[in-house]
Amino acid sequence: MAGSMSHSGASAGDASPCAVQLAGVQIVFPARAKGETAFIAVEGADLEVADGEFVAIVGPTGCGKSTLLNATAGLLIPGAGTVSIFGAPLGGLNRQAGYLFQAEALFPWKTAVENVAIGLDVAGIPAGEARERALAWLKRVGLAAFADRYPHMLSGGQRKRVGLAQVLIRDPKILLMDEPFGPLDAQTRQIMGNLLLDLWNADRKAVLFVTHDLEEAIALADRVVIMGAGPASRIIGQWRIDLPRPRDIAEVRLDPVFHALHREIWSALKEEVVKGYLQSEGVTA
Amino acid sequence: MNRLVLHLLQVLVAVVLIAIWHFASTIKIPAGLVSAKAFYPLDPFFFSTPLAVFERTWRDFATGVIWYHLGITLLETVLAFLIGAVGGVLVGFWFARQQRVAAVFDPYVKMANALPRVVLAPIFALWLGLGIWSKVALGVTLVFFIVFFNVYQGVKEVSPTVLANARMLGMSERQLLRHVYWPSALSWMFSSLHTAVGFALVGAVVGEYLGSAAGLGYRIHQAEGVFDVTGVFSGMLVLAVFVIIIDTFVSAIENRLMVWRPTAASNQR
Repeated sequence: MAGSMSHSGASAGDASPCAVQLAGVQIVFPARAKGETAFIAVEGADLEVADGEFVAIVGPTGCGKSTLLNATAGLLIPGAGTVSIFGAPLGGLNRQAGYLFQAEALFPWKTAVENVAIGLDVAGIPAGEARERALAWLKRVGLAAFADRYPHMLSGGQRKRVGLAQVLIRDPKILLMDEPFGPLDAQTRQIMGNLLLDLWNADRKAVLFVTHDLEEAIALADRVVIMGAGPASRIIGQWRIDLPRPRDIAEVRLDPVFHALHREIWSALKEEVVKGYLQSEGVTA
Repeated sequence: MNRLVLHLLQVLVAVVLIAIWHFASTIKIPAGLVSAKAFYPLDPFFFSTPLAVFERTWRDFATGVIWYHLGITLLETVLAFLIGAVGGVLVGFWFARQQRVAAVFDPYVKMANALPRVVLAPIFALWLGLGIWSKVALGVTLVFFIVFFNVYQGVKEVSPTVLANARMLGMSERQLLRHVYWPSALSWMFSSLHTAVGFALVGAVVGEYLGSAAGLGYRIHQAEGVFDVTGVFSGMLVLAVFVIIIDTFVSAIENRLMVWRPTAASNQR
């Protein structure tokens, strides 16, 4: 099962380096108080994401999925191991990546169009052109009529759309997503999932998508990576998702291949979920 | 509650209080009813009467003597607010971004803030004379700390996610300051604006009261000196209306600049 993934597609013969390569990454949070031991969140993580590949990371709550993403973004420095971006070791922030956060990350004091344009503004693109392109992006995510609204005037789903446009307008080579649709309701999640797939199909970037929802992961990704329960969680398995593209999130769930994959991955994941659950119970009890 | 009903009720409170004041200070309770002598429940010598207060206020405005004093107090308030706010913003920003500086100055800031400002008034009068600047200085010591604490908090409490997002979007330190810290600090500053303007006025009036030759505080002090209760109440009335007008003005500026902030009204819609 863990070996059902031989080599990622892009590495077939050519020398082009992976978009993201994690090798033996360990992430440690230092002890906050005396007498406390340092907390090892992730241990020995090896992961490769080819250029244009959509990889989803699934794992039980608290397994360090987001931590791994933050290390790829350069927001966290691993205690051991290396993070390489297109073959070059990452030092400091990952300038090639766009990051869509789980929590509210829009600037509340900027309107939707200003929020989208900001990435271009800070890169020194003239204000008029930045606004023009931001409006075009808002149109692509279906928010053309909401350009002058402030974030608090938008719904949760609309704010995620603005966030998506804000990240994609900078045309990052790598897209990092941390349970971006987590707080949304089921219908909105499906719509957002399809929007994401449409945008990704138009311009295939390397995507690292963290979620706790296995169905969402299978429906979206080329490859699903399972992480074990924390602390010191590891990557315990990978599955290639050979469902045809373009996909529709709602329809792909009816595919028998989807069911077979779901059953297989879930049987591996279930143990870890239970383990993680027992551990968190043990800590609180 | 309906806006109209609300305003009517607000006016009603004033009408009832003034009516009680009016009747209690103009109608004597006849002799033998409560005590052997006839008396006013609110003796006009100590409490004046509403009509006398309104008449005095009207006369002050009609003859124009009050405008000069109002102007002085307004000037002191505005100067105290501007100097205090600019200082508070700059130092608040500096401390929030330089934790070491903040840690060094922390006990002194607390000490200075705990000091009752009234004790400073004579010192300022000594240093800066009896003109407007000693009053401005008193107002500044009040406004500065309010704005300073709020800006400090505002800069420190920027959402870590928003900050991480700004970094990932490619912002440099200077751009972070302009696009993230500054708006955040500004919103905190505005939440304290009403208090800060109020304190600027308090500083001005208290300063005038303790020693000056012009201003509303000076007028009230003069009236008190000759047991002119009508003059004192008239001064307080002008001060109260003045505060309401300034507050309305501040609210208008706030609504203009803080459109992005969710309000109770927009949540209800």
